Amino acid sequence: MFDALSERLENVAGRLRSRGRISPADLDEALGEIRTALLEADVELGVTRHFVDAVRERCSGEVLSKSLTPGQQVIKAVHEQLIEALGGEALRLTYASRPPTVVLLAGLQGSGKTTAAAKLAQWWKQQGRNPMLVGADLQRPAAVEQLRVLGASAQVTVFSQPGDPVKTAVAGVDEARRLGRDICIIDTAGRLSIDEALMDEVCRISKRTEPHYTFLVIDAMTGQDAVATAKAFHDALALDGVILSKLDSDARGGAALSVKEVVGRPIVFASTGEKLGDLDLFHPDRMADRILGMGDMLTLIEQAEQKMDQDVVARSADRLMSGRFTLDDFLEQLHQVQKMGSLGGILRMMPGMSKEIRQAADSIDDGQVSRVEAIVRSMTPKERAEPSVVDGSRRVRIARGSGTSTQDVNQLLKQFKEMQKMMRGMGPAALAGAGGGRLSRMAAARGLGGASAEDSLAEMLGSRPGAAPRPEAPRPAPGSKGRVGRNKKKGGRVTPPKGR
Amino acid sequence: MIALWIAIGVVVVLALSATIVVRRRRPPAELATRTAAPSTAAPRAESGESEAPPAAAPRPAAPPALRERMGRTRGLFAPLRALGGRADTAAAFEAAEEALLRADVGVETTNELLNELRASGVGADGVLDALADQLVAVFAENADRTLRFDDEPGVVNVWLFVGVNGVGKTTSIGKVALARRVEGRSILLAAGDTFRAAAADQLALWAERAGTEMVRGAEGGDPSSVVFDAVQRARARGNDLVLADTAGRLHTKVNLVEELAKIRRVADREPGRVTEVLLVLDATTGQNAVVQARQFTEAVGVTGVVLTKLDGTAKGGVVIPIERQLGLPVKLVGVGEGPDDMIAFDPESFVDALVGL
Repeated sequence: MFDALSERLENVAGRLRSRGRISPADLDEALGEIRTALLEADVELGVTRHFVDAVRERCSGEVLSKSLTPGQQVIKAVHEQLIEALGGEALRLTYASRPPTVVLLAGLQGSGKTTAAAKLAQWWKQQGRNPMLVGADLQRPAAVEQLRVLGASAQVTVFSQPGDPVKTAVAGVDEARRLGRDICIIDTAGRLSIDEALMDEVCRISKRTEPHYTFLVIDAMTGQDAVATAKAFHDALALDGVILSKLDSDARGGAALSVKEVVGRPIVFASTGEKLGDLDLFHPDRMADRILGMGDMLTLIEQAEQKMDQDVVARSADRLMSGRFTLDDFLEQLHQVQKMGSLGGILRMMPGMSKEIRQAADSIDDGQVSRVEAIVRSMTPKERAEPSVVDGSRRVRIARGSGTSTQDVNQLLKQFKEMQKMMRGMGPAALAGAGGGRLSRMAAARGLGGASAEDSLAEMLGSRPGAAPRPEAPRPAPGSKGRVGRNKKKGGRVTPPKGR
Repeated sequence: MIALWIAIGVVVVLALSATIVVRRRRPPAELATRTAAPSTAAPRAESGESEAPPAAAPRPAAPPALRERMGRTRGLFAPLRALGGRADTAAAFEAAEEALLRADVGVETTNELLNELRASGVGADGVLDALADQLVAVFAENADRTLRFDDEPGVVNVWLFVGVNGVGKTTSIGKVALARRVEGRSILLAAGDTFRAAAADQLALWAERAGTEMVRGAEGGDPSSVVFDAVQRARARGNDLVLADTAGRLHTKVNLVEELAKIRRVADREPGRVTEVLLVLDATTGQNAVVQARQFTEAVGVTGVVLTKLDGTAKGGVVIPIERQLGLPVKLVGVGEGPDDMIAFDPESFVDALVGL
């Protein structure tokens, strides 16, 4: 999701980054491209304008001229604005002191209310709550039937009665109270925001049931109309949040970016699949990270390209892939990495890192890194190639030689073993997936650069799992957003041809 | 020793990314072959296109006026109209751009349209008229908007309704069934949506309203077999048209799109003949609709678009790039919840409603 948007923004960023000086014309051009990127991602026109203006303001002439890296300055402004647009904190759900907590779902036809209702019920059930579903969609043929079937598979009671939707909703809440359910989710009929009769009906449902949470369910693929819809529903019902459905499509995130801005209410849940379990809390900050994260990875790769000795890197990488990665290689890599700057700085560019890790990274000085180096240098060549031969007395010797403690040596060896294990686990498996030869290895390397390696890494680094980034995308040539670029990316990412 | 953890992590990630960079540079030839492979999957050619002249689908009597229903769109072009001849050309073009973008026409198509207009040297007061003409011309490229029906004895026409989740496929089928019955066709409905809970029940209610038979399978069953059974039943009963519902699926789910291709193949077996594959699009959808249209066309050879929910605040302008870039004609539009609110697409009234002449 959101691939297209981040790709476009990265293109702009990539070109700016290298500039030593940015003229007003350059800035205008970049902002124009940002505008196009946002509009193509279905961000509403007004929101787009505001976004671009805000970025322009952040890049006022003075800021740019004072900065040594004006390109970075513009990129930073875009990033900050993006975070702001996606909007701060996730909504903290609280529960009514006198149950049930009533949740009302509203939205256009086909936005996914009924499915979202069942998914919510399942989600709350997993949280240890005791939800109940109320089917107040008496409009669409078989909507209640659909809810009953979904409710049955989520093992949640469904209440509905024919006749008047308002009465049904009220009776449903009463029923939930009688049965002692602590959450009551009311599914309503899809309605157009301009349909006065139906809007009035949902208002009456809202007044009579006094929901604690009113959520608008909105399709992630919605275009410019998302804002008008959200506004109309917000005016009528005073929304508490938005549930974004069908986020598993290649939707470009326009609805996500626009709605928050206009209504001022956060996206609370996002639904990302057809199974009942495919619904989770939406974390705006993580989503911003996702859109932004890639850019930093690209910087990182650019720097690696420029500063690292490619032959050395490729040699050790080969060994890494084949599971013959020794402490010598590790040391060599470490030297290459140090050429690029401080570890803390590099780490901050890596996507998927939590705030804690970033802060920890700031506290590292390169002296600590040289202690690691000292430990390795205190080992004999044999010990470096075969760390398993290091026994107790060798440990003591190494610790003494490097001026560290045996605990430090132990830790290094343990970590290194873990890493080797991880590499061995991934290397051959990934290699087996593709056809063979260099191409397959390239594909494997790309696959590794992606989810699996970075997931494990994020875990290894104590970061939250699941927030790991996608593999870096090959940047298409400037100006071309052609299919080749996209194909390339897809080709690279899906490593085993028939694995999924 | 957090430094150690971090150091190792950094080294591994960098080693991998550097490898990627190095490798990507080295074998460009191999890369090319890899990327070229998927493109060989050309869209299936439509079968039996010229076997019989398409029967003209007469419009339902007294269709609700599209323009009336889309009245709210006019607000978009109001600023442009208000400018009249007084403003300078640049301002007029800016207003036109804004209106098109807000109607979900998309950046690329908007720019193309406006550049063509600029090239024609139109003045501020003529922008609106020229734009309307231009849009009508876009639609004129795909002149044939009739629903194809092969009136051959022994042939069971199959109209397949496809689209992403929640666009209104089942409702569209219900409405189409009602309208076709008016035309005297003998219709059978196939409840090919075996995935969504109670989808078949929903279609059954429409079948009842339209007074037609419906073939359904087990929930979670194979949709292809439902369609196959429907075609067989239609032949046995002498129905000449099967309207086949399918489960909503995102165009990004490769296996589900494959399933759809299979449904199409099965439906095309004798005596069935797929004469229409209708992509149902939600008018509120943004630029993603273009991607949907492209992907579904590649997979199942879409022959026309049904644009639903046009009676809301959404403009449905995304059909303009779809018509222009993909050459897919919009054939039907849904403008309301009533059974008769599915009408033939009329470019002129659509453009009128959009531009508000």
